[in-house]
Amino acid sequence: MSVLTTNILVPHGREESWRFTPLNRLKGLHDGSAAIAEHRSLSMHSEVTPGVSFERISRELLPSLSTTDDAVMNRVREFSLDVAVLKIAANTEVSSPIHLSRKTFDLNAAEFSRVLIHVGSNARATVILANTGDTLLAEEIEFKVESGAHLTFVTLQEWDSKTVHVGKHHAIVDKDAMFKSITVTIGGSVVRLLPTVEFTGPGADAELIGVYFATAGQFFEHRIFVDHCVPNAKSRVNFKGALSGDKAHTVWIGDVFIRANAEGTDTYELNRNLLLTDGARADSVPNLEIETGEIVGAGHASTTGRFDDEQLFYLMSRGISVEDARRLVVRGFFAEIITEIADSEIQDRLMQRIDDELVKAGA
Amino acid sequence: MSTLEIRNLQVSVNTETGAVEILKGVDLTIKSGETHAIMGPNGSGKSTLAYSIAGHPKYTITGGSVTLDGADVLDMSVDERAKAGLFLAMQYPVEVPGVSVSNFLRTAATALRGEAPKLRTWVTEVKDAMDALSIDPSFAQRNVNEGFSGGEKKRHEIMQLELLKPKIAILDETDSGLDVDALRIVSEGVNRAKDANNLGVLLITHYTRILRYIKPDFVHVFANGKVVEAGGPELADKLEAQGYAEYVGS
Ligand SMILES: Nc1ncnc2c1ncn2[C@@H]1O[C@H](COP(=O)(O)OP(=O)(O)O)[C@@H](O)[C@H]1O
Ligand SMILES: [Mg+2]
Repeated sequence: MSVLTTNILVPHGREESWRFTPLNRLKGLHDGSAAIAEHRSLSMHSEVTPGVSFERISRELLPSLSTTDDAVMNRVREFSLDVAVLKIAANTEVSSPIHLSRKTFDLNAAEFSRVLIHVGSNARATVILANTGDTLLAEEIEFKVESGAHLTFVTLQEWDSKTVHVGKHHAIVDKDAMFKSITVTIGGSVVRLLPTVEFTGPGADAELIGVYFATAGQFFEHRIFVDHCVPNAKSRVNFKGALSGDKAHTVWIGDVFIRANAEGTDTYELNRNLLLTDGARADSVPNLEIETGEIVGAGHASTTGRFDDEQLFYLMSRGISVEDARRLVVRGFFAEIITEIADSEIQDRLMQRIDDELVKAGA
Repeated sequence: MSTLEIRNLQVSVNTETGAVEILKGVDLTIKSGETHAIMGPNGSGKSTLAYSIAGHPKYTITGGSVTLDGADVLDMSVDERAKAGLFLAMQYPVEVPGVSVSNFLRTAATALRGEAPKLRTWVTEVKDAMDALSIDPSFAQRNVNEGFSGGEKKRHEIMQLELLKPKIAILDETDSGLDVDALRIVSEGVNRAKDANNLGVLLITHYTRILRYIKPDFVHVFANGKVVEAGGPELADKLEAQGYAEYVGS
């Protein structure tokens, strides 16, 4: 075990990209004070099928594909032991989801993990990464989705209550390729994720959807950035969050940048939050920057509301108790996103966790 | 045998400019097996009466009483009223995103019957109820009232009436927005529920049209927040001929 000593800039909280994050709860992931863990928690559970490989490669041999000014990501690049690489060869169609997981129970040292998911031209795959246990984790996942490929990436933050997880999930999406991510954050103490997209060819398509449910004391941040730097690319963002309990805090930032050369861009982003109790706080900041008027469409919407009295009344008027009515409404609120996950066992497990959190929160 | 008694019911609604009195002392008694039609012009307070009995939080009871077989309905929560045997088919049924009809019906039946209905008989029960109302089976997978046409919403309300088997049902303008065929189908559903469970019905309507299919034993004219005239089925014929002019503005 070694201790981080580095001259990477340390965020202080006044920076735009850190202004919501409780730095004092990051357990030293951001300022170099965390001890570095020796373990590599990421593993693959699916059988290895032709065209699919999972291996660890020395990081010297595999420089990062993107640039970053994020202090934690720079630490990941400096301190990760190696790079876990999941590769799906060109023209490979992987019919059932590839399952990855992290299961850790180490809160004394921080894991700095670099991952590359590389999908070759015209390949198709779904990758599901399930995170359980408790850990300190700084992770950078890069996706390279080559021309004509389709990748669906599901990431499940099902952590226990003490996890601090800071991650960047950066997709590089080439010509006519499609990247879809489903991000679910329902566990942990502090989770800060940066789902970002960079298009490298026209006709590329990205869909980022997700749900988060924060209960008392939990901080969940999702900071999205879609860079429309090529013509005729399309992006859709839809995140739904629920909050319950004192000092439950969520942050959703949706930055979309349409550059001058990105004619024909089609983008829409949406964030909806359901405040189940007093004392919770949902920050929601959609932000669209447009340098060209030659686009198909660009829009955003953000709403934060409470339970709809009419819905509760309707359900209760059929004999359903107030607790069950609330449970149905919350499940229904999340269903739009959860049902997009192509695995009914996982859907049931997530809905059960949401029910349990709701009961625990006493909402 | 059940009796719903409404005595001198006074209700106000909360608006931005303060409370507005809507119901000004309503008296009505509905017994099992009886069908009472309440007829009145728009804005006379018919829906307010229906919602107040069902316990909608928007309305404040300022006086009077509602009892079901002697039990104080106004003291019950909304779900307790349903468990006591009251049902409201709403004029504007509410959309519940992400909640399927099938899940909703089963949750409601479980709550009202005190235990989850046996899966096999339940599936048949729901299928039969849907068939009887010419509801497409794919409805079970759709979200409650989401994207339903006006007619579909009303059929869905009456399907619940048949499945949930209340003692007293309040039907708030179930006829509005229905074409002739749908009106007949929905009315037959109400009549089946009456026959099957000796249901007492409070049928709220603006038009006499539905009374050709569902025969009322009593007709009450409702205007300006209260019952202004009561009689038998012949009163409906008079309203058909003369309208509400005589009752409004008084
Ligand atoms: N939420 C409300 N805010 C203000 N006025 C209301 C509200 N609900 C009902 N009212 C008023 O109460 C009166 C009765 O309404 P309602 O019970 O819906 O009548 P009906 O069903 O007979 O058409 C109307 O004048 C209506 O405008
Ligand atoms: Mg009405």
